[in-house]
Amino acid sequence: MSLERSFKEINERIKKGKAVVLTAEEVIEKVKEKGVSAAAREVDVVTTGTFGPMCSSGVFLNFGHAAPRIRMQKVWLNNVPAYTGIAAVDAYLGATELPEDDPLNSNYPGEFRYGGGHVIEELVSGKPVKLRAISYGTDCYPRREIETTITLGDINEAFLFNPRNCYQNYNCAVNLSDRVIYTYMGTLKPNLGNAHFSTSGQLSPLLKDPYFKTIGIGTRIFLGGGIGYVAWNGTQHFPSILRDESGRELNGSGGTLALIGDLKQMNARWLMGTSFRGYGATLTVGVGIPIPVLNEEILYHAAKTDEELFAPIVDYSDAYPNRKPGNLGFVSYAELKKGTIRVMGKDVPSAPLSSYPRAREIAGILKQWIQKGDFLLGEPVQSLPGPESGIKANVLEEK
Amino acid sequence: MTNKKVVLKFSAQNADKPIIYHLVKDFDLIINILKASINPHKEGTMVLEISGDRYEEGISFLEEQRVSVLPLNQEVVRNEERCTSCGACTVHCPTQALYIDRPSMEVKFNDESCILCLMCVKTCPVKAMEVRI
Ligand code: SF4
Ligand code: SF4
Repeated sequence: MSLERSFKEINERIKKGKAVVLTAEEVIEKVKEKGVSAAAREVDVVTTGTFGPMCSSGVFLNFGHAAPRIRMQKVWLNNVPAYTGIAAVDAYLGATELPEDDPLNSNYPGEFRYGGGHVIEELVSGKPVKLRAISYGTDCYPRREIETTITLGDINEAFLFNPRNCYQNYNCAVNLSDRVIYTYMGTLKPNLGNAHFSTSGQLSPLLKDPYFKTIGIGTRIFLGGGIGYVAWNGTQHFPSILRDESGRELNGSGGTLALIGDLKQMNARWLMGTSFRGYGATLTVGVGIPIPVLNEEILYHAAKTDEELFAPIVDYSDAYPNRKPGNLGFVSYAELKKGTIRVMGKDVPSAPLSSYPRAREIAGILKQWIQKGDFLLGEPVQSLPGPESGIKANVLEEK
Repeated sequence: MTNKKVVLKFSAQNADKPIIYHLVKDFDLIINILKASINPHKEGTMVLEISGDRYEEGISFLEEQRVSVLPLNQEVVRNEERCTSCGACTVHCPTQALYIDRPSMEVKFNDESCILCLMCVKTCPVKAMEVRI
């Protein structure tokens, strides 16, 4: 009889300290040794992890009211603007926001040493952050200006709300042109000088649940070192199954998640301000997602190895910036991790942008949390659209 | 007799000239090339140990050739707390001083092979590579 388990049954076992939890790396070994059926009977939960730059991240803040009160119309945190087109002392600070006096790319390639992601890192480290706000003054909010310092502990709420994190899969970026280019995929040397990739492959959450059978709205996760939740699908959520030139199904591709969690519980080891030379500033975010082994099929996908997971190779000198379709072929994460890949008949050195060792550490921490009984699985209150939804990307036309 | 360590930075315009040859031939200097490399922008970095009576003249010659000469009194260090072992620097380090250890995928730093080209300082996304004077 084929195995069926419910979230409730797994949570009962977690509470009793009896759940068998393995990281996505460990479960690969288990499945190799025993096969999917036997391993599925044994294992309750597989933990995944990823630690990489995720630009669509930011934090909602409520500063508390000053006396007299101000309806903040513009606000800066360490000179980085935050969005205040919401209630009086609420603001949203985005990871890629830059100080107004940043030289940007005027001295190309710009350094982008400091931005919203760095402010978030300072906040989460408990460091004081300079707050400046201006307004026009109203009868109920007479004040027009305030300058003070805040810390994460002083303010009311601070919750991370990341509209697009955890890309299911990502391009392996190369440069076919004859000059160095500076991209969000790092510095790419001319004439296929190097290749950068940015997922944790066999540890990556959405590559291990390609049909969104377990990850949905309400899934409880590791976020930035604290506990967070899947709030919605991410922006640009185009779940599909990647196929190679011959039409063979490779793996999941294009799914994304919107994540939420209390910044006050998080820590700076898992939320780091990040700079890409010539491109901009962002935030590196640590995310870990547990996958319950509800049946064999779920384990079959969760146990996929780097040899069985592929990234499309994309030219960032022309194809990507000009939105030209197509790619330069596919490469497995096993090859990417070896350090040399073959593109158009040439050996190209490859390096990751997301940290595999930190992804492994996250999967390990999440495993411990679950084993200790501190962390119960969140059963999705609603599923997210999967590959069968056929969602396609809309493009922006100039009318 | 002086015996000094210096870092030379060549631009794309002078990297292919026989400058070191002239340093030895014309100024009777004894030169020990400790480290050398050329990056894809065709800029070169060389760490030299130079001894000889005409050291000062040799340095003036280098400067005339628009080679920048820096005393070897800075080092590149890794902030271990900050480094995430992402690996992004490893394809930019010309000497594999920064390299990925496999299969752990941990990034290791062998400062013995570092030629102070500063590529890692520029490319590390979390600013974990620091210059120390
Ligand atoms: S790029 Fe920076 S963080 Fe990444 S491995 Fe190199 S030194 Fe460490
Ligand atoms: S400065 Fe950095 S990139 Fe250059 S050789 Fe040293 S470690 Fe490698």
